[in-house]
Amino acid sequence: MSKETKKKTVAVAFGVCLVCSVLVSAAAVSLSGIQAQNKKLDRLKNILLAGDMFSKNVDIEQIYKENIDTQIINLENGSVVPEKDYNEKLDPQKFDIKKMADDPQYGKAIPADEDKTGIKRQPRFMVIYKVVKDGKVKKIILPVYGKGIWSTMYGFIALGEDLQTVTGFTFYEHGETPGLGGEVDNPRWKRSWVGKKAFDEKGNVVIEVIKGTVDQSGPKAESQIDGLSGATLTTRGVDNLVRYWLGKNGYGPYLANLRERGIK
Amino acid sequence: MNKFKKLLLDPIFNNNPITAQILGICSALAVTSKLETSIVMSLAVTFVLAFSSFSISLIREHIPSSIRILIEMTIIASLVIIADQVIKAFAYDVSKQLSVYVGLIITNCILMGRAEAFALKEPPVKSFMDGIGNGLGYSFVLLVVGFTRELIGSGKVLGFTVLSPATEGGWYVPNGLFLLAPSAFILIGLLIWAIRTWKPEQVEEE
Repeated sequence: MSKETKKKTVAVAFGVCLVCSVLVSAAAVSLSGIQAQNKKLDRLKNILLAGDMFSKNVDIEQIYKENIDTQIINLENGSVVPEKDYNEKLDPQKFDIKKMADDPQYGKAIPADEDKTGIKRQPRFMVIYKVVKDGKVKKIILPVYGKGIWSTMYGFIALGEDLQTVTGFTFYEHGETPGLGGEVDNPRWKRSWVGKKAFDEKGNVVIEVIKGTVDQSGPKAESQIDGLSGATLTTRGVDNLVRYWLGKNGYGPYLANLRERGIK
Repeated sequence: MNKFKKLLLDPIFNNNPITAQILGICSALAVTSKLETSIVMSLAVTFVLAFSSFSISLIREHIPSSIRILIEMTIIASLVIIADQVIKAFAYDVSKQLSVYVGLIITNCILMGRAEAFALKEPPVKSFMDGIGNGLGYSFVLLVVGFTRELIGSGKVLGFTVLSPATEGGWYVPNGLFLLAPSAFILIGLLIWAIRTWKPEQVEEE
């Protein structure tokens, strides 16, 4: 049989597709467990990084289990969602910010004039992480995200027990320019956030990432962070997203509640 | 045996897919800002290239010419997905940095180039060797460029600090240009120049 007949063409196409699809599905199915585990560990690792509890060669899951208490909060009124209201989507272990923001019931559109970070939609609920030691809350780790120059940056900001001081900051997913905006990953820069005041005494957001270097003797030195050189738009993105999420559309109501009733 | 050696080694200097055939430039620019990503990308491309050439050559007598390109693409794409899945499972941090570029191996011209120019005409084992050889040629350029860019751009090699940068109290001021794609153009240009000075027979006639 010549190899150019219609029958042969269809047969060869079908055979190749069949073999290829079997191989691809076998690889995808057999490796999906390891991949999901990697993703989960990476997220936990970044939560620990923000809480300053990560070092090399530690059992991430163990430390996470022992020290971290997760909660789901309602961003609009700042209340904590009781465990009995958890369901398929409202589950701290499976909480997916992207899916929740797109969900018609659990997400909402942000009005254009308030959308400083360019994310268009946000979840109505958010999962937060509390670092508990000897029965007392030491830090609160809050997920934050927003647009940089190329990508949406996802990270965590940690506040100390005074609810004013930043105790940690990290990104776990972004696609900024390596070496320039990608320096949001730079450990040295992330450390420069620690000890800065995110709020003033009245609870207004005062933290800002500025262009250039902070004047250490200036009146605002304790709430300003050096911008990244050569990455004006990424720096602006970080500034916007931190201020947005700590403000009234983000964790503002929740933090106000905590200030009133005390951190528990 | 000599023929196999030629197939393996020729594409490294004499007929390098990047410096002589000017194929696969896109990924060579995108993933070489660090040595680590360059290494993983090189391995992925060599793997896909070797096995796609092998499989295409294996069924070359049966591929109808009307759907030749489609068959090649299907095989290449499947191998790329497998490579991508393996990297995501065993080198998660690197896969985050490589992001879409592993998937884009599908559009890497070297793969189609070798399938069309070699694997469709030659027997499987020879094609396999040709794939490995061209993979090595690609890897050679990627590693040279990745090494240079990481060293000059951030003063590091494989993430270890070699030249201590001024931002951390050292003396070296990293050259940010080398972290951006255009620097790879400059480096590949210099590499082509160096190879053609060493082997003048590669210079095209005016």
